[in-house]
Amino acid sequence: MIATLLDIASWLLFLVGGFFVVVGGIGALRMPDLYTRMHAASVTDSIAPVLIITGIMLQAGATLASVKLAAILLFLLLTGPTASNALASAALLSGKKTIAAAADDKD
Amino acid sequence: MTVLFGVFLLTLLVITAIAIVRTRNLFVAVMLSGIFSLLIAAIFFLLDAADVALTEAAIGAGISTVLFLSALALIGEHEQTPSANRLVALLVVVTTMVAILYATLDKPRLGDPSAPVQRHVGPWYLEKTPEYMDIPNSVTAVLGSFRGYDTLGEVFVVLTAGIGVLFLLGKAAPPGYYKKTHAADAGGLRHYQIPRMVGRLLIPFILLFGFYVQFHGEYGPGGGFQAGAIIAAAIILYALLEGEQRALTALPRGFLLGLIAAGALLYGLVGLIGLVSGGNFLDYSLLSDDPVKGQQLGIILIEAGVGITVTGVLLSIFHAFAARGKS
Repeated sequence: MIATLLDIASWLLFLVGGFFVVVGGIGALRMPDLYTRMHAASVTDSIAPVLIITGIMLQAGATLASVKLAAILLFLLLTGPTASNALASAALLSGKKTIAAAADDKD
Repeated sequence: MTVLFGVFLLTLLVITAIAIVRTRNLFVAVMLSGIFSLLIAAIFFLLDAADVALTEAAIGAGISTVLFLSALALIGEHEQTPSANRLVALLVVVTTMVAILYATLDKPRLGDPSAPVQRHVGPWYLEKTPEYMDIPNSVTAVLGSFRGYDTLGEVFVVLTAGIGVLFLLGKAAPPGYYKKTHAADAGGLRHYQIPRMVGRLLIPFILLFGFYVQFHGEYGPGGGFQAGAIIAAAIILYALLEGEQRALTALPRGFLLGLIAAGALLYGLVGLIGLVSGGNFLDYSLLSDDPVKGQQLGIILIEAGVGITVTGVLLSIFHAFAARGKS
């Protein structure tokens, strides 16, 4: 009974996580400029791994594998947003404008 | 399922390879080659070759990308129009492709138990590892002890390649260059608080993981090559965040050059001890009274030698690139 519930829960987490990965992918392709594309792609960096790794942890149960997965999740959550931040500030520094700023220039 | 996933990864691999060839922007090509390495690492992992996958991920996707980017900083990011005869190039590529395709016809199927690789010395290594070394990871046993000569050769390849690259790049810095502390030059990313704080938090853990991979190589995937790349990556991250100057203060150039030689020498010396004690070169059984203990000690020592040389070579090349870029 509990095993079935755990399976259903982890499948739900996988599906929702996978949904966010696909959303991030579509956003990264369809958004108009670098900053909005990064905004979309960061969904794959932040919420998707939380859901997917939690799903795997439910499958792994209370084992050493779960502890390792938790460590991986922690490092992903630390590095992903930092990399996005570094990329965005590098783009700003090199003079790449947001679409809002570019629109202001046109007026 | 595994086959399906393998076909998926291989398709992505081919797409990435075509994209690398087609792009004219070298920066994009470098990023794609990082992706290529990650994909092939995943394929290695799928084929149960965890040690190779770890090496490919650490060196191919990690360090090579950094070194390629350092090279791009020198040469710019646009590919020049090739002047060579493209027809000849096409002929060479097509001939090679046909030859390789012809050769694959003779290749045994994946996991075929009658394949030469399963019937030659492989089974003997697997059978004798518990008896001779008593370590769980037979890859490390093969790499460190059974095929110790090959690994010694690899270490000397790394050493020679490192010396070659340093000769090509290693123009001595102008006198007083490192005394000048331009805020931008010496600072790295010090003005960017978020990457810097997160980096500070992570670097100790990356180093710890590097040492884990180094000393856990007998029990799980890992060993000197992977650990050397991970430790070098941690120090390169430090150099990027805090400025190259600070990294050089912590680990001076001379020290890194010393590491390159020391690792290879350590490996060779362990081999010589076997010779002096009346055995064969690289026979670790004589390092201790108990042959099994001796084998384990020998593998730990030569893996340390490999790790030291790899760390030294990668960091020296990184610093050589960085010094070239600024002068």
